[in-house]
Amino acid sequence: MSAQGKKFFGYLAALAAVLALLPLVVTNPYYLNVLNVVALNVLVVTGLNLLIGYAGQISLGHAAFFGLGAYISGILSGSYGWEPWTALLAAAVVVAVVALVIGLPTLRLEGNYLVMATLGFNLIVSVLMVQLDDITGGPSGYTGIPSLSFFGAPIATDLSFYWLAWGAVLVGLILARNLVHSRVGRGLKALHEAPLAAAASGVPIEAYKVKVFVVSAVYASVAGSLYAHYYGIITPATFDIFKSVELVTMCIVGGMGSLWGGLFGAALLTPMPQLLAVVEEYKDIFFGGILLVLLIFLPQGLVGWLEGKRVRPGGRAF
Amino acid sequence: MGFGDQLAQYVVSGLTTGAVYALVALGFCLIYNATRVVNFAQGDFLSLGGLMAYSFLIGAGLPMALAFPLAIVAVALVGALLERLAIRPARSRQVMVLIFITIAASILMRGIFKHLWGKQALALPPLSPETPLHLLGATFTPQNLWVLAITLVAIVALIWFFNRTLTGKAMRATAINSSAAALMGIDAHRMTMYSFALAGALGALAGVLITPITSLSYNVGVIIGLKGFAAAVLGGYGSFPGAVVGGLVLGLIESLTAGLISSVYKDAVAFVVLLLVLFLRPGGLLGVKGRDRV
Repeated sequence: MSAQGKKFFGYLAALAAVLALLPLVVTNPYYLNVLNVVALNVLVVTGLNLLIGYAGQISLGHAAFFGLGAYISGILSGSYGWEPWTALLAAAVVVAVVALVIGLPTLRLEGNYLVMATLGFNLIVSVLMVQLDDITGGPSGYTGIPSLSFFGAPIATDLSFYWLAWGAVLVGLILARNLVHSRVGRGLKALHEAPLAAAASGVPIEAYKVKVFVVSAVYASVAGSLYAHYYGIITPATFDIFKSVELVTMCIVGGMGSLWGGLFGAALLTPMPQLLAVVEEYKDIFFGGILLVLLIFLPQGLVGWLEGKRVRPGGRAF
Repeated sequence: MGFGDQLAQYVVSGLTTGAVYALVALGFCLIYNATRVVNFAQGDFLSLGGLMAYSFLIGAGLPMALAFPLAIVAVALVGALLERLAIRPARSRQVMVLIFITIAASILMRGIFKHLWGKQALALPPLSPETPLHLLGATFTPQNLWVLAITLVAIVALIWFFNRTLTGKAMRATAINSSAAALMGIDAHRMTMYSFALAGALGALAGVLITPITSLSYNVGVIIGLKGFAAAVLGGYGSFPGAVVGGLVLGLIESLTAGLISSVYKDAVAFVVLLLVLFLRPGGLLGVKGRDRV
């Protein structure tokens, strides 16, 4: 195993150890719930970071993929009696196809077309969630989603979901790392460093970009399905454009394109609204202000800063 | 009311909102051409324009002829400040980071607006009394005419500014090639700041014009801003004539689908158009055909 690989699995083992011990300390269900939401955000952000870091593209539609995962899985199991795990897989397949349809025409083009398309897509999905009320329950949301189960035992408590969600995060990180170190990942890295050279060496850039985009959408979908089966109720406001912005923000604050960056960003920003609830009146001002300062002075993200990475002036747009 | 009358009605209201989308789209283009950044605070310029006008008019008791221009100047200053305090000092020049700086600024601005003006809906009076006018079977208010006329004046003023003034030409030069412009002695930073100021002024103008028709609140600009963005893409992102055409066409499409088909999905129409344009003709109606491929 390479030195880099040793480092990755070292960190991963440390993370797993912390996660295994955390429930001994954190017993309050409220805090467990926050940790569970962090886990789901980490999962989405890990996928998103693959897209940003390796395909050099940004998506403002990941809340929609997250939401489609939640609604499809929730409705299939809630209204049509599907087995929740099967519903989760079905949702992932549908989302993959949707991402393919969006990604194929827009990723062919150079520039920020994907960000425009995903933004529009998220807004359309939000309207549909509200307006298709006989299927989705409309603005008040869809209720009565059954929990997932593990060999017949329902995953209904905060603690049992904690194991599931963070387990999914560990698997998600390993898969993402494998993708980065696969042929696709190396091709995309080459693309990022020197696009023309990569293309000249026969890297099928478009296909790789689309592949990474689809994978990142599936991460969001799975996280969304887990969310739906955990809470049992989902509302359209959870999956609006602002959630998409929040997810990308987590990537940027943590460190764009760094797998660990997503973890940091999500862990830092997820509890932020709750922490800022003390200053309820000024919540948006604080959140916007903190974000602004971080983006201006620490654009390499927290992980980049810890690694002593210097800011690369210039760089490619998207 | 016959079908023809109805149609005329939809066209009038479509052109009115379309004119506002055009103003917002022009703001997007200005900043994009100067920096390649999609400025997500453009919609907040619109909100702030309406809110400032409300405060000058109702709060300070100024006459309309003074309150509205003052509001526009104030938002232009906010635009310039955004460039000076957030975009220029940014450590990274990556467009992605700069775009997210405008998003953070947008969140911050909305927080400040909510704090200063509250969450409730406010009402900004129209430019002249609401006596309905009738033309070709359509009934409309003088405000519809005001929106169209003032938008037209603004567009003519922009054309004059960019073609006939030294500053305007310098801004165009910077947009085309900022290093070459800098070599000619043009202060590129200053031109970028002017672009933000002008975008702020256009957003504020849109806010002063449309909020008497819609309603006024701290976040009224979010959705209108996003639709203005869709209009800019429809016209051809970065193209000024495209922004105007895109705005008007989008306003018409929205109004006609809402009137003739269903108003339930009214807010989705603009974004369906956005996706269709990106899939079928990413250069937009008036943009460059066949954009660069990787």
